[in-house]
Order: sequence, then C-alpha cells, then structure tokens
Amino acid sequence: MTPLLSIDNVTKRFGRVIAVDGVSLDIAENEFFALLGASGSGKTTLLRMLAGFETPEEGAILLDGADISHMPPNRRPVNLMFQSYALFPHMTVEANIAYGLEMEHLPKAEITTRVGEIMEITELSPMARRKPDQLSGGQRQRVALARALVKRPRLLLLDEPLGALDKKLRAAMQLELKRLQHEVGVTFIVVTHDQEEALVMADRVAILKDGRLLQVGTPHEVYEHPANRYAADFIGVMNFIEEDGKTIAIRPERIRIFPDTADRTAKGKIVARAYHGLDLQLHVETDLSQRPLLVRVTADAADRHALAEGDAVTLGWNHTDTRQFND
Amino acid sequence: MTPSNARSTLLMAPALAWLTALMVVPCGLILALGFFRRGTYGGIEYTFTLENFGLLLDPLYAGIFLTSARIAGTATLIAVVIGYAAAYAIAAAPRHRQPILLFFAVLPFWSNYLIRTYAWIVLLNREGLITHGLRMLGYEGEPPSMLYTEGAVITGLVYNYLPFVILACYAPLSRLNPELAEASRDLGASAFTTFRRVILPMTVPGIAAGAVFVFVLSIGNFITPALLGGGRFQMIGNLVYAQFLTANDWPFGAALSMALIAIMMGLLTLQTFAAEKGAGEAREAADG
Amino acid sequence: MAERTPASRVGLISVLILIFAFLYIPIAVLVILSFNAGGMPTAWTGFSVKWYGALLGNADILQAALNTLIVAVISTLIATALGTLLALGIETRRRKGRALEALVFAPMIIPDIVLAIALLSFFSLLKFPMGLHTIILSHVVFNLAFVSAVVRARLKTFDWSVTEASADLGASAFTTFRRVTLPLILPAVIAGALLAFTLSVDEFIIAFFTAGAGRSSTTLPMQIFAMIRFGVTPEINALATLVMIVSVTALTLSQRLNRGVIAP
Repeated sequence: MTPLLSIDNVTKRFGRVIAVDGVSLDIAENEFFALLGASGSGKTTLLRMLAGFETPEEGAILLDGADISHMPPNRRPVNLMFQSYALFPHMTVEANIAYGLEMEHLPKAEITTRVGEIMEITELSPMARRKPDQLSGGQRQRVALARALVKRPRLLLLDEPLGALDKKLRAAMQLELKRLQHEVGVTFIVVTHDQEEALVMADRVAILKDGRLLQVGTPHEVYEHPANRYAADFIGVMNFIEEDGKTIAIRPERIRIFPDTADRTAKGKIVARAYHGLDLQLHVETDLSQRPLLVRVTADAADRHALAEGDAVTLGWNHTDTRQFND
Repeated sequence: MTPSNARSTLLMAPALAWLTALMVVPCGLILALGFFRRGTYGGIEYTFTLENFGLLLDPLYAGIFLTSARIAGTATLIAVVIGYAAAYAIAAAPRHRQPILLFFAVLPFWSNYLIRTYAWIVLLNREGLITHGLRMLGYEGEPPSMLYTEGAVITGLVYNYLPFVILACYAPLSRLNPELAEASRDLGASAFTTFRRVILPMTVPGIAAGAVFVFVLSIGNFITPALLGGGRFQMIGNLVYAQFLTANDWPFGAALSMALIAIMMGLLTLQTFAAEKGAGEAREAADG
Repeated sequence: MAERTPASRVGLISVLILIFAFLYIPIAVLVILSFNAGGMPTAWTGFSVKWYGALLGNADILQAALNTLIVAVISTLIATALGTLLALGIETRRRKGRALEALVFAPMIIPDIVLAIALLSFFSLLKFPMGLHTIILSHVVFNLAFVSAVVRARLKTFDWSVTEASADLGASAFTTFRRVTLPLILPAVIAGALLAFTLSVDEFIIAFFTAGAGRSSTTLPMQIFAMIRFGVTPEINALATLVMIVSVTALTLSQRLNRGVIAP
C-alpha cells in the first residue's frame, strides 16, 4: 500500500542556512501525525513545503504517489490551518468558511449545505454572521479549522493550532481536535513545539532538530525509548548521570525513594521541593551528577516519609528503566 | 508626568491661542465675508446677502467647479492607480529594504512644490526636452503642444501628489498579515482572486483616505493650473486668487473658499463614515 | 512572505524602477541643466557653475534668500516651542475631545489658498501692516501643527513611568521635564523643527498673500514664482538645485533623527 504522503529526502536552504536537511517521512491515510521541534528546527518550513508556500531544493513530496513539490498552493488538495488563523477580518464566519468552496466553483446550494454541516460539527452555527473580531480565541480557532476542513482536503496541516489559546482551553481542544479528526476522517499533520501536546494528540510523532529528523515513532516509543540524548531531553523531563564516559538517562518517575530493592542506589539530600498537585518534584543532590536529580513522588508518599528540605534520602532504580547514550 | 487636565490645558494654551487667533478667527471671518455684499468700488458693503452663494450656481462658475472636479478626479484616479502599484511593490520588497524605498518615494512630497512643478515646464515646453527627444527620433514639423494643456495640469498634480498616495496605500498594505493572502491561496484562490477578494477590500480605507486628500488638494490647487495650465485652465484655486488679487470681489472669493472647505469636509466625513463600516461594504463590493 | 515566482519579482522591480524614474527624472534634469554652460535645455555645451555665480550677483535673489531664512528660522523656533508644549498637553490629557483633535489637525489639511486669503482678509480688516512679520505669524500656524504631530507620535510610545520614577526620586516637575522628558523626546522635537523649517522655506501661497505690498518682503519661493512666470532661465535651474539641496538635507536629517517623520 502506498502511503498517503511521502516526503522523500527533502532539503531546503535559505541563503546559507539549511532549514530542512534531507528529511524522509511516510504518513499513512487517517493518521494524526505531529512534527515536534524547538523553534528553528525546520518544522514550519517543512509544513510550508507541504502546503506549497515553499518549494524543496532537493527531494520530492508525493501525495497519493504523485509529485506535488512544484504544484502551487491553490491547486493542492492540502489545506493549512495558520498559526495566526489568518481569518479574513472583512468577512463573516460563514463567508470565511464558504470562501474555499467558492474557489472550487461549486453550486451555491452545495456550498450552503456543506458550510452548514461543518458549522454544526464545529459548533459555530450561532456565530455564522459574526465577524472574526467578535469571536473569542477558541471560536476563532474553530473557524480556522472549519474553513480548512470544509474543503475535505486529503491532508490537513495545522501550524501550532493551540498556541494562541490559554492553558485550560488548550487541554480541552487537544481532545476536541482528536475527536474531529475521527469524525471527518482526514489525515492531520500538526506542527508544535509543545511535546506534551504532541504526545497527547498524535498517533505518531517526528522529532526535528536543526532541520534533521531525529526520531519517528508512537508517543510511547519516543517517550520510553528516545533515540538519543537530545530526544530524551526534549520529550518530558529526564535526569542525566555521567558514568564511565557514558550517559545514563532516567525519568524522574522511575526513581524511587527509600526503595526495598533496587539495581542501583544513591544517597542524597533534598535541596528543593516543588508542589504539582497530585505529586511532588524533589530536587535531590547526589554525587552522581552536577545538577540535582529530579525525583517525582506522589504527595501520598511524600507525606508518609515526611519529606522536607534538607532531609537525607536514599534513591534507587532498576537498570531496565534507564537508557544509555554514547554521545 | 501623571495625567492632569489643569496642567495639560496650561501646556496647550499658547498653541491653541495662536491657532484660534490666526486660523479659527480668520476662517470665521471668511465665512462671514461670504454673506456680505461687494462694494461698488471693490471693498465690502456690510449688508447681508446670499447672492455670493447664489453666484456659485451661475453656469460660468459652476462650469469651473465641474472642470476643477474633472481635472482633480482624473489626477486622483491616476495617482491612486500608480501609487497603489508602487506601494504594493514596496510592501512586497524584502522587509529591510522597505524603509529606504519608502523614504525615497516620499521625499519629493516634502520638497519645494514650485520647483517640482517648474521641472515639468522644462520637460513639456515647446523647446523643452520632450520635444527635443522627439526631434532626435526623426520627428519633423511643429512640435505637439504639451504645456498649457489639461494633460499638463493633470501630469503636474499626479507628479506632486503621487508620493502622498504611495504613503497612504503603503500603510494598510504593510499592516496586512501576509498569512491572509497565503490562506486565500491555500483555500484555492488564484493570485488575482486573492488580490480582488482579500487584499483590495482590506486596503480600500487607506486608499480612500489618500484619494480624498489628493482630490481636495488638487481641486483647490492654484500653482499647478497657473504654471502648467498657463491660466487657460481656471480651477477654483485660481478663481479664489483672482477674486482677492485682481477682481477685488472679496465676498465672492470668500464664498468660493467656503465651497472648497465644504467639499473637503463632505468628502472627509464620507470617508470616515465609509472607513467605519468599510469592511462590510468592501465585502459586498467584492461579492458583487 | 511566500516565495515569489521570478516573473512576478521582475514585474514588481520594474514597477519600482518606472515609478522612481517618474519621480526623480524631472528633478535630475533640473540639476543637470543647472550645470550646463549654454543654459539651454536642448544642448549640452559643457560643465559650468556660472549660473550659480550669476545667482550670487543677483541682489534680488540674495535679499529673497535672506528674507526666507529670517521667516523660516523665527517661525520654526516659535512653532517648535508651541508645538512641543501642545503635544505634551494633548498626550497627558485624560480625554481628548474630537474638537481638539480637529483643531490641531486642521492646519495640515486646510487648502493653503483658503488659509492664505483668510489671513489676508484678517490682517487687512484689522489694518495690520503686512510684511515679513505677518508671514512669520502665518507660517507658525501650520508649522506648529506639524511639530506637534511629530512630537505626539513620539509621545505615543513614551513610557511615562520614567517620569514617575524621577518624581519618586525627588525631582520637581520642572526638573523632571528638563532632565528626563526633554532629553528623551529631543530627537523628535528637532526632527519636527527641521520639517517645519523645510515647509517654511518652501511655502509660497500663504507668504504670497500675507507679505503685503512691496519687494522688501519677497521670499525665495515668491521670487522663483515670478522668475518662472517670466520664462525658463538657467538661473532658476541653479536656484532650484540649491533650494532642493537645503530641503533634502534637512529632511534626511529629520528622518535620521526620528524615523517616521518623512516616511515610516
């Protein structure tokens, strides 16, 4: 089976800067895919090449097996939800959503039906006649989404789709996006710098750094088995211990305090504790690393051991919970 | 400095007094003058009359108004088309080059108006450079008459006010989020449709502001028709000039100035009104 | 911005070249002709500065230049002081009424012929003798509006908390103005003054109407207008070039001091 989208060894430079460096990726139909990276990692450039706003210098982009690398954006069955949403401020919600269908010269009746349907799904019907500046951030985000989805693209690209929302709304919209993707059955590619967002929403995640692809995998794979030190550090929180010229990495939640049994133990002193609601983050100074180790314990366990700053603790972990890097 | 209306008033007082004494009062005076009768030997006879304003409707003067409006309108249209193209090209240039391009596009606007107009006499003159150029290309016979034509006046107005239009059109174009044009392309619109349905409607208020300004400055212009029209093309500005300096009919000159101010205020009000609800209209225009 | 196709880039650059040619060729022609020994626009007969020399020998022109300088300097000084105070007053005001905005905006948009005849009527009805002093009084009207516009634009981005900090540290209102506010807005004030100076040097119509009778209060633009009506002469080219140099220098300085005066 050919993948829906095939990115084949794509490279893009801006002057002397390499923005995207030999990236190859296959994305299957109906996948919810996340491109994850810090700013300057090349994720946005890659997305813009998929949308047609940049052209790759080397390599090719294949959609359903056909090369679309040089196809202008208005001819591609690919739509982009812009980070700024880019809603037309002089048009109503309805007109914004209808715009893309009008470009396809569809009959008026069909446009009306499809716009109505998508507004129903995205719960925008009551705002149909409002202008974008009369909407809340979350509503604007839904208009941008509806405007792109109504065209029934083969591929929907979302550039930092939740970046402009506040934290609480963001959490709700993460699930909402996933629900919508199921409902409309469109392949989603999301660009984000927020690793938590990527892990929650995506079926698969690609980590980019300096224009190169570091790792591709399911959220579980990239979290539990990071391919290298950067990926390990970028996704979630990670402790690094230098030992015999090797780097050992272990997640804070894999370190236990006062363990009954452990492959490896270390003594330390609590230098700080930070409250996170359900659990506590302890900063424990040990001989193993320059920086204090981060240890995550449940609030319950913290109470049981009556942990306070300055207390001495014994930490322990199993080798199976650690990762080793040679860089 | 914390906001304080007492101190603010004190700071503004000298300037406001100056503006009142030397702008508000003289303009009020002109308004009043328009309602008086012209004395038999020039001068002013202080009896109330509306005949100065009635005279504005006289075919002779109404004709001058129409000619002025036609010339100013044509100049405005040409200046807006060229100015918009220039502003678009500047806004499309790399960000770091835009300030210098804009500076050089606008610089002439702030320099001497007379000299800029004079330059066109040198070019359009019967013995001027353009005639000379035509001769070099092998043109025989009587050179075409270019100076002292309506075309010369329009050229002069366009030339003098073009920088202003560029500035007025550049402002909304540069504020336009480039992602809007990209979104339109992404949704399937061609470059032309994107321009017609997204870029143009969103920049119309800026264009309107520029156009009103150019029209008002053109219709009341005195120098350009005097120098490039050679007195053959009387515009309202020249008529006002004549009432004060040659015909010695101040009350009628005052009425004419009030008509100019009325046109200006009317257009400005219309433009503000249009700008306030402009977005909606622009959309309808784009749909129509 | 998205990538542009080479064709559209060539199109945009051509538009810019054509428009800059339209804007600058007429001026360039004047400047070149001012150095033409023969003086005629149709034939280049060698480089010469003799027309500049001729200007120096023309007493009328020298007198007009001196008058222009007097008018421009004095009206700029008054307008800068009044305009700056006006800007400070407006921007520290809690509420700005529409009438106030209209009043300070009016001198910039009112057709100059209207302001000119209004002032002429005003001075003559008051039987106020006219001369250079009435030109100065009149020029201050629009100059102060332009100065205040430039200074207000600067004050819009002014962080007033620094003046509160100064007061908090024990400075009086006047000391705060002298040591904190003024130094911070000074570039805008000077830029506004340079703009006013150029406008005053170049202004023709209002000066023409408010100069009164007699040659003694003729300014340079009035002199140029008279010369142009008389016909195209090589001296005008030289004079025009000199006036342009003064304007462009002042305007460029103004823009460098405070971006946004001439162009954003």
